[in-house]
Amino acid sequence: MKKTILVCCGPGCIAYGGLDVAASFREKIASLNVNATVETVIKQSGCHGFCSRGPLVRIMPDDISYYRVKPKDTEEILHSLDKDPVERLLFHNVGGGSVKSQRETPFYASQMKLALRNVGEIDPGSISDYKARGGYEALRKALTMEPEDIIAEIEKSGLRGRGGAGFPTGLKWRIAAGYDNFPKYVIMNGDEGDPGAFMDRALMEGDPHGILEGIIICALAIGATEGYLYIRDEYTLSLESMKEALADAEKGGFLGESILGSGRSLRLNVVRGGGAFVCGESSAMIESIEGSVGEPRAILAYPTEQGLWDKPTVINNVETFINVPLIIRDGSAKFAATGTKTSKGTKVFSLAGKVRNSGLVEAPMGMTMRKIIFDIGGGVVGNRKFKAVQTGGPSGGALPESLLDLPIDFDTLVRYGSMMGSGGMIVMDDWTCMVAVAKYNIEFLAKESCGACVPCREGLRALSILLTRICDGEGEVRDLEIIRSICELLRQTSRCGLGKTAANPVLSTLKYFPEEYEEHIREKHCRAGVCGMGRNTEVKDDVDLADIAAMARAARKATFGETREKGPDGSVGGKKENGTHNNKSTNSTGAES
Amino acid sequence: MILKEDKLSKLLQKYPQERRHTLAVFQDIQHECGFLPKEHIIEAARYLKTPLAQAYAMVTFYRSFSLLPRGKYVIKVCDGTACHIKNVQGRLDCLKRVLGLDPGETDKDGLFTVETVSCLGACAISPVMQINEEYYGNLTEEKIYEILADLYRKEMRKL
Repeated sequence: MKKTILVCCGPGCIAYGGLDVAASFREKIASLNVNATVETVIKQSGCHGFCSRGPLVRIMPDDISYYRVKPKDTEEILHSLDKDPVERLLFHNVGGGSVKSQRETPFYASQMKLALRNVGEIDPGSISDYKARGGYEALRKALTMEPEDIIAEIEKSGLRGRGGAGFPTGLKWRIAAGYDNFPKYVIMNGDEGDPGAFMDRALMEGDPHGILEGIIICALAIGATEGYLYIRDEYTLSLESMKEALADAEKGGFLGESILGSGRSLRLNVVRGGGAFVCGESSAMIESIEGSVGEPRAILAYPTEQGLWDKPTVINNVETFINVPLIIRDGSAKFAATGTKTSKGTKVFSLAGKVRNSGLVEAPMGMTMRKIIFDIGGGVVGNRKFKAVQTGGPSGGALPESLLDLPIDFDTLVRYGSMMGSGGMIVMDDWTCMVAVAKYNIEFLAKESCGACVPCREGLRALSILLTRICDGEGEVRDLEIIRSICELLRQTSRCGLGKTAANPVLSTLKYFPEEYEEHIREKHCRAGVCGMGRNTEVKDDVDLADIAAMARAARKATFGETREKGPDGSVGGKKENGTHNNKSTNSTGAES
Repeated sequence: MILKEDKLSKLLQKYPQERRHTLAVFQDIQHECGFLPKEHIIEAARYLKTPLAQAYAMVTFYRSFSLLPRGKYVIKVCDGTACHIKNVQGRLDCLKRVLGLDPGETDKDGLFTVETVSCLGACAISPVMQINEEYYGNLTEEKIYEILADLYRKEMRKL
């Protein structure tokens, strides 16, 4: 009898001690030699999704899921492998009773896992795990197909770009394939910059080969021979996971010179992003890869015609690519059977904020937001009242409860002043101030604006000043008019998507929560108590601060006691002439000479 | 920390002398030094055949680069939307109380740097912060004090 223990090692579970749990399992198996009849394999998998109850452990093939597992529980779990499951670690329903399989919990029951098909099921570092679940079969099939047929299949599936804009993927490939201008490039957009989004990261860390397979198929279809994976530098785990997968795929013959002996080649490189939100915009990303400042280009030609080094380039999001192998392997009809008329397949959402079950959720397109937030998410945490949900990241909008029955897809939410975007979904309760939320989003966008075009640079700065004034209780009624006109200006005249959509968080809150703006301006009152004009927001000092401060001083003295008196360059510490930077420079000259 | 000349040239020579590697080279230098020393920016620009102005523009444009030395422990407090609505400011106040640092500042001993970042991508455990490579989720004030106290204890033990 063979059992596999999958320990979730997504960022959430790692923070809760998931790695210690995995280590404890390994150690216990070695030392206890429990269940000699049971062959046990420990696997560190990608994110299982139910992050708020981590660390998560799953036993396969029995499909038993344990929640909030601690290293001290591992022995009991190992002993139970051929007996009844450990009751106290199972999921307990509100009305009582526990369930073994994750499919029986409300969190997982209505989900549909296509993009996440392998995430949490396999060891992402193992190419054989991936192959055992049908991995690289789609690539073999694609190699027998004409590029034209691959593109036609993707077009028929109705797949649209998961980065947020929803451009038809097949069409994008067709345009790039149509140019006889070589070499062509394929780029994976893994610069997940939206605050509140962690879908792409879960995919890169949970199923890297699934993404690679999609990229390789795209390259075959458009005739690209070189590609780049642009990944946020902050995502250390994603970078490691993708690099390892690249090396393994190359060893397996799926990448590099003559893919599976077909004579067609593809070289992929990893590029680490520099932490600039605007680089998620495709022309800015191209600039960044070329080694420049990531300023979006004024669009004369799309990247599909003149992209990287002015050659035809396809840029797709991580989640878009991971859907590709599925479509090629199982056919476009099966994929198109899920979703709405204009948005096919599923979408991965990161559900966070004031929601009970936060985590990674994949749902068919067209599911209502109410179902995602209340059925899957379990409603608002702490029995507070639901106020709004922000979709589409900082440039999306906040929607009120009355709109929760809208189906979520590429087109519906846009009509209501928000967007599905890349899949961030932040739930807000009545302790959230919507004016402060608008201000937060605008400040974020103002900080991240590249500054190349005037409306975005100056408009966002002006908006940020006006919203700050309102939050501070110094707003005037006419400010609202000015805000509206700046929003209109941004939308019409900005160069790229960042500026064009930047007004959404302001306009949507103005539209759905006008009373909060009114109260801030006329009554100098913030009903959520966030803006310091209502409820007392003073933070209490209830921890023995004096002790900690004393310890801090002692530690500092112990660490730096002597050297504090004199700097390393011989200068007397404390009396600094030109600030830390110059101080260090002097130091360096000393070291070099 | 400034790199010795041979170490820097070894780092540079991993890359062909092309402008497109600017970002990667700077990331490597920052990884080694904790920040981007002026001398290294000049040397790297020369090596990559990139105008210094262009290199400097890169350094100031991309948020992950620092021109100032940073502490041994870099505390990155997430200010993503999910964290923000759970009162990140309160957490920053805690850090300020103990360390005396506002975001962007480093203490005189070079032990701690406090920064805010747009999103750490761990929203399910918000509010969250990262100290060097480690994540700390569901932060409460007590938890922050404990974490800092632990780090101080660790520093003391080393002596």
